[in-house]
Amino acid sequence: MMIKKDVIIIGGGAAGLAAATACRRLGIEDLLIIERETTLGGILKQCIHDGFGLIKFKQSYTGPEYAQKYIDQVEELKIPYLLDSMVIDLSADRVLTVANKEGLHKFQTRAVILAMGCRERTRGALSIPGNRPAGIYTAGVAQNLINIHNYMIGKEIVILGSGDIGLIMARRLTLEGAKVKMVLEILPYGSGLPRNFNQCLFDYDIPLYLRHTVVNIKGDKRLQSVTIAEVDEQGRALPQTLKEIPCDTLLLSVGLIPENELSQLAGITLDPVTGGAMVDEFGQTNIPGIFTCGNALQVHDIVDNVSLEGEQIASGVAKYLSIGLSKKIDLSVQAGEGIRYVLPQRLHYLEDTIFSFRVQRPGHHQTLVFKTNQHLIKKKTFLQVNPAEMIRIKLSAQELAGLSNLKVELEL
Amino acid sequence: MIYEIPNRKFDLIIIGAGVIGCSIARQLSRYKIKVTVLEKNSDVGWGSSGRNSGVIHAGFNNKPGTLMANYCVLGNQSFAQIAQELNLPYKKIGKLVVAKKEKEVKELKRLKKQGETNGVKNLEIIEASEIKKMEPNLQGVAALYSPETAITSPYHYTISLAENARQNGVQFFLNTPVQGIERIKPDKFIVITPYASFQANYLINCAGVYSDQIAGLVGINAYRIYPCRGEYFILDKKASSLIQHLIYPVPHPEEGGLGIHLTPTIDGNVLIGPSNEYIEDKEDYSVTRKVLDKLYQKAQEFLPVISSRYFIANYAGIRAKQSPPEQGGFQDFLIEENPTVPNMINLIGIESPGLTAAQPIAEQVVAMIDQKEGLSSNPDFNPYHPGILRFAEQDEETKRRLIKEDSDYGEIICRCEQVTKKEILQAIDNPLAARSLISIKYRSRAMMGRCQGGYCLTRIMELLKERYDFKPEDFLLKGPESPLLVGYRSKGVNNDD
Repeated sequence: MMIKKDVIIIGGGAAGLAAATACRRLGIEDLLIIERETTLGGILKQCIHDGFGLIKFKQSYTGPEYAQKYIDQVEELKIPYLLDSMVIDLSADRVLTVANKEGLHKFQTRAVILAMGCRERTRGALSIPGNRPAGIYTAGVAQNLINIHNYMIGKEIVILGSGDIGLIMARRLTLEGAKVKMVLEILPYGSGLPRNFNQCLFDYDIPLYLRHTVVNIKGDKRLQSVTIAEVDEQGRALPQTLKEIPCDTLLLSVGLIPENELSQLAGITLDPVTGGAMVDEFGQTNIPGIFTCGNALQVHDIVDNVSLEGEQIASGVAKYLSIGLSKKIDLSVQAGEGIRYVLPQRLHYLEDTIFSFRVQRPGHHQTLVFKTNQHLIKKKTFLQVNPAEMIRIKLSAQELAGLSNLKVELEL
Repeated sequence: MIYEIPNRKFDLIIIGAGVIGCSIARQLSRYKIKVTVLEKNSDVGWGSSGRNSGVIHAGFNNKPGTLMANYCVLGNQSFAQIAQELNLPYKKIGKLVVAKKEKEVKELKRLKKQGETNGVKNLEIIEASEIKKMEPNLQGVAALYSPETAITSPYHYTISLAENARQNGVQFFLNTPVQGIERIKPDKFIVITPYASFQANYLINCAGVYSDQIAGLVGINAYRIYPCRGEYFILDKKASSLIQHLIYPVPHPEEGGLGIHLTPTIDGNVLIGPSNEYIEDKEDYSVTRKVLDKLYQKAQEFLPVISSRYFIANYAGIRAKQSPPEQGGFQDFLIEENPTVPNMINLIGIESPGLTAAQPIAEQVVAMIDQKEGLSSNPDFNPYHPGILRFAEQDEETKRRLIKEDSDYGEIICRCEQVTKKEILQAIDNPLAARSLISIKYRSRAMMGRCQGGYCLTRIMELLKERYDFKPEDFLLKGPESPLLVGYRSKGVNNDD
């Protein structure tokens, strides 16, 4: 039996909850959130540190508190949700197959919002050589074991990668009595937010080694040591710098990958740089009626921006359902000099549009320009730019009018 | 771990629960004979048996007249039946040995002829245009096509053999390394392990890389095993569309392997490997930067479309080679009762194609026992082992029915491989009582996907806690001394602490 819905939101984390509440506020009645876990909230549930909500609520909340603000709204707005339910298939004509204890369910929906979040890059993806003992965790799994399950994972810790979760876990493990020996970062600069380096490493005297990586892992059963090395410009280990560090735990905080296996089943085109879908200004993918937001679209550094992104796509979803989206323009957006990626990749509707992007490397006094051919559209100077911090800039419909292409770059 | 051992006297003891030991155990369980298997690891198949390419070879690589050639051909031809009995995944996808240069074509012809002498069917030399049709991404001037070459899951095979043997009465003692062997009579052995001693009239030594040392314990010093490591990459299932067949280079006889090849696995991944490197330590399963880089380069020579973004994991296996490093190449399997120690059968140097040859080898060993002992059939022997039904592989109707019958099928625990709670519970409750995380992984496929347990590890740990009341110290990655945890988070937080 096919169950009909107007909008199904896949994922009840920060993005999905924000998208759902915004859709309802725009008058979409027939909504359903599908969540694979037992409660709503997504990854926020295990992020018990504070610092969430500074943009949205001008106040610092913990992850569970931040999630609860949205869960409360979902309840208040009486938005239905299915828990413990996994979407196992999605087709281009928006038929979802969902498995849960009650059975296998088929939904035909007019619009889909993909909000599946992201997953952590693993040791295998990095191909770190050595043995395969116990004691190697991605930072998020360690966070889950400690914060949700009350387990302790190790005593002497080395952290590879300076992503935010790794930094947060350096502090968390220290507070729980473990010795965090060092954080290694292969790049010449940190990957996490600057505030996390101060609050999680330097305040606890945890050393950060830039241009360093793990080149070998020893220990047949439980981890015994890692061999670290300094790297050259190409990221290759310098043999004379090898050093063996005894430890029982290696935490990996080496990047997040948008979760888009379902998207691929539906034939959605992904951006090889972001790992998320290619989208227009409404967060719509190449498949009409399938929208995406949050970490499934691009990995964010601040949850507030995830919520904002979820809320922003709602207007497109509402228009799609009511009057339909008809293309007015076809404008391609490109990342130029110094920019790693820019979203959305295409514009079709001549709307006020928020562009989000990341720079390639840190810098001071950088000027960002939006250009079409050689013509300047908008310019903004930053005292500092950092790949760890997503930049969001709005261009009005007026500014975008008449353009056939758009390039974002740093002025040299 | 201390075992309660109801009776330590057996007719026959098998040392080593690799694919050979488990095949022999299952083959013997067809007869009335009291058999036990002693294994030093916490589960079966953790040595070379679970760490190879998973190929059921056709048998054209081996010298005519050798045991390797005979058993390989026999094993290939009889594998369909074993696969059916044990409900194993098995596919004849065929193999291409690809010549990259004209001068290698001669070797292809020699292999074809050798294969035909060995009894391999349907071998064919194909031209470049034909290769392109079969494998559009592949480069080569000609290839030997072997349609009889197949793939299976080597750890699944070993586990199924062991579990079926267990169900037919064979006892398995895991975590039980053999430390000494005493011959109290010419035909009575006492096998000493850290926890107990075991008595038997017959010994089967199939200890793989350690088979020389096990033989040494009874004073046979005629054997020497040289460990030779092979490293592999495992690629994401997204790479599965890149190749349809097993892709091998033309082998160089002086090497002790078949060359770095590309192997589609039965589960839909692709393997690159193995390398070929003699090492000192018989258990150094580490992978190395140097070799991984070489594997990647070799794979790209075959298939330029291969990229590092497909990498999800890597591993190494160790070949039990009789030929020393300076000699290289292959030496034939040695399966014999050494005249100085009757009633002990030694299986030495069972390297590739050991997986393919396991069943004929087991039949040979059992025939040797039968000749001495006169075995009588076990009327209760049941050759069938249905194993764990894979939810993800079923059609929608079946999935619907399964959830209706048991709601645990509706709970997907491993998102990458779509493994349900039902399958994980079946894996946890396995007949060998092997409950390390790796044991659950090999039986269920949970944690084998692209996120490598990022999503499901904590959920599987919850199931172990619910089912077997696991305390923090009970969660082991791969047996004793491999704890995942060091305790609870803080004193007083949890009542159990």
